[in-house]
Amino acid sequence: MADLFKKLGSLPVVVGCLFITTLYVSVCNLAFPEGSALHVSTYTVTLFGKYLCYALLALAVDLVWGYCGILSLGHGAFFALGGYAMGMYLMRQIGDRGVYGNPELPDFMVFLNWDALPWYWAGSDSFIWMMVMVVAAPGLLAYIFGTMAFRSRVSGVYLSIMTQAVTYALMLAFFRNEMGFGGNNGLTDFKDILGFSLQSDTTRIALFATTATFLAIGFAVCHFIVNSKMGRVVTAIRDSENRVRFIGYKPENYKVWIFVVSAMLAGIAGALYVPQVGIINPGEFSPLSSIEMVVWVAIGGRGSLYGAIIGAIVVSYAKTRFTAIMPEAWLYALGGLFVLVTLLLPKGIAGFFPAIAARFNQKKLAEVKS
Amino acid sequence: MSREAGSPLLEEENIKPDTRHGVILYVEDVSVSFDGFKALNDLSLYINDGELRCLIGANGAGKTTLMDVITGKTRPDVGKVSFGQQVNLLEMDEAQIARAGIGRKFQKPTVFENLTVFENLELSLHGDKGIWANLFHKLSGEQSDEIAQILHTIGLVGECNMQAGALSHGQKQWLEIGMLLAAKPRLLLVDEPVAGMTAQETERTAELLTSLAGDHSVVVVEHDMAFVRSIARKVTVLHQGSVLAEGSMSEIQSNPEVVRVYLGEETGE
Ligand SMILES: Nc1ncnc2c1ncn2[C@@H]1O[C@H](COP(=O)(O)OP(=O)(O)OP(=O)(O)O)[C@@H](O)[C@H]1O
Ligand SMILES: [Mg+2]
Repeated sequence: MADLFKKLGSLPVVVGCLFITTLYVSVCNLAFPEGSALHVSTYTVTLFGKYLCYALLALAVDLVWGYCGILSLGHGAFFALGGYAMGMYLMRQIGDRGVYGNPELPDFMVFLNWDALPWYWAGSDSFIWMMVMVVAAPGLLAYIFGTMAFRSRVSGVYLSIMTQAVTYALMLAFFRNEMGFGGNNGLTDFKDILGFSLQSDTTRIALFATTATFLAIGFAVCHFIVNSKMGRVVTAIRDSENRVRFIGYKPENYKVWIFVVSAMLAGIAGALYVPQVGIINPGEFSPLSSIEMVVWVAIGGRGSLYGAIIGAIVVSYAKTRFTAIMPEAWLYALGGLFVLVTLLLPKGIAGFFPAIAARFNQKKLAEVKS
Repeated sequence: MSREAGSPLLEEENIKPDTRHGVILYVEDVSVSFDGFKALNDLSLYINDGELRCLIGANGAGKTTLMDVITGKTRPDVGKVSFGQQVNLLEMDEAQIARAGIGRKFQKPTVFENLTVFENLELSLHGDKGIWANLFHKLSGEQSDEIAQILHTIGLVGECNMQAGALSHGQKQWLEIGMLLAAKPRLLLVDEPVAGMTAQETERTAELLTSLAGDHSVVVVEHDMAFVRSIARKVTVLHQGSVLAEGSMSEIQSNPEVVRVYLGEETGE
């Protein structure tokens, strides 16, 4: 029994917290009327839903950076691709309710005088197909990029710069109207998802609950991976890639695999994000937002899965608060926070708890001794 | 098919070096140059099956470079390197060579610092090195026994659950030797195993390496002449990237050329 607990680690706590939060938020949003002290506004629900998407994204970043040592500064690209796949489906759900009333084509295509959907929009009215694309598109990009970079043994700073270049190039591409993804306006004005109105409270709660569920599943999957022997190989690669090679493993295959899994998680996070915030545009590809994700993980605690979740939520919450007061100073605040945490808490917020626990145990030990 | 069927990654593990001529490693006319500097110069070397060979030579003689060539880390400009008569090592990458049964201990001890001693050995165990197999891997009783056995051999039973980074230099050397044993290689390349070890540890290393010869073939690089003397049967002296002399320890010690370029500088210290 104790063995089982050790194996599960922080998994039950994280899943439990997510479950309780979801329950609390849905009951307080749906059961208590507006104005009641216990009411949680739909705005708050959506905001928290967004944080949970970021948390899933942070898990993805932590998996490659914290455990495998791949500092990806381009995870925003995978997040955005997943988001665009979901956005395409939501665009098609609008049907003839758009401004131009075209039953087939999204408004921006009518505006560009296109008379048919481009080939890559084929199947975009099928929910299942687009959900496949949510993981397939980021997965494929990660596979191609990873195979090229890791096989030719690019690592360290060069790799990070390459990931930045990829997300930047994609941003420029998606800004172009001819790409067929709505140019700089992106995809927006969504109405329904699976026939349910995106404006209704119940849909919002359902989206929130779905996000929490996927975060729990993502956490469980990552937990399983990092605690398997495969995960130990990955940690070993982080510490000494060459040594791993000389005991018979192919580090590049492991790196590609973990990179693809991470990209898929990021894609799912993006897909959950879009219906809640109601828009996806090329800004999600911006190099800066990818760097911000790395900061979440650094602050939460690199190499700790729950740390990544805490980091994403804490920093995003701080951002919401801060940008409401002084939007232009946020980047400085983020930079300051980053420096502060690296100096004071090198293992991030997650490193704080074990340190406290160790001190507590030591005190107890001293008491027992005396 | 003796092992789990359908795992193509095991191919190299089924490679059996052809040692009918009694030779397990052929290194022939190998040259390696770094920016024009010849680290290995037309070097030829044959290691017999089951032999314990010592490789000595001054700093920069090319000993480590030779191991790099054998294990696939460095590609030679010219030459032939084969495992047994058939297996051409120059066509294989590091992981394939390792899986084929050539294990290596590095000059600078390299263990996985953030993993425990046990986990270091677990990762080094022979077996499937593929991703999916390891994702769902469960340590079998047999494997646990094997690890326990190795822990005993390398004297780290008490440190089993300690982080490898916290070990002393000598213990790290031992752990790396243990990792080598766990892989069950046919040929072991051991680069400076006793550097940083106490006299007692050195003695035990000598015992271990001698006991390995026979079932395994072992190539040891070492500067510690007392150690070499205690284990050596046949010694090869490298000098400026080629073989200067080869023979028993006493033959080597009485070779005027060797005394002049290598042993001389040692007695002169
Ligand atoms: N990657 C490299 N690039 C350039 N020169 C190298 C490289 N590797 C080795 N050398 C050079 O090749 C020569 C042989 O080096 P090697 O490491 O094989 O010597 P060694 O016999 O192992 O010496 P030591 O006893 O000091 O370990 C040295 O002069 C070294 O500087
Ligand atoms: Mg050397």
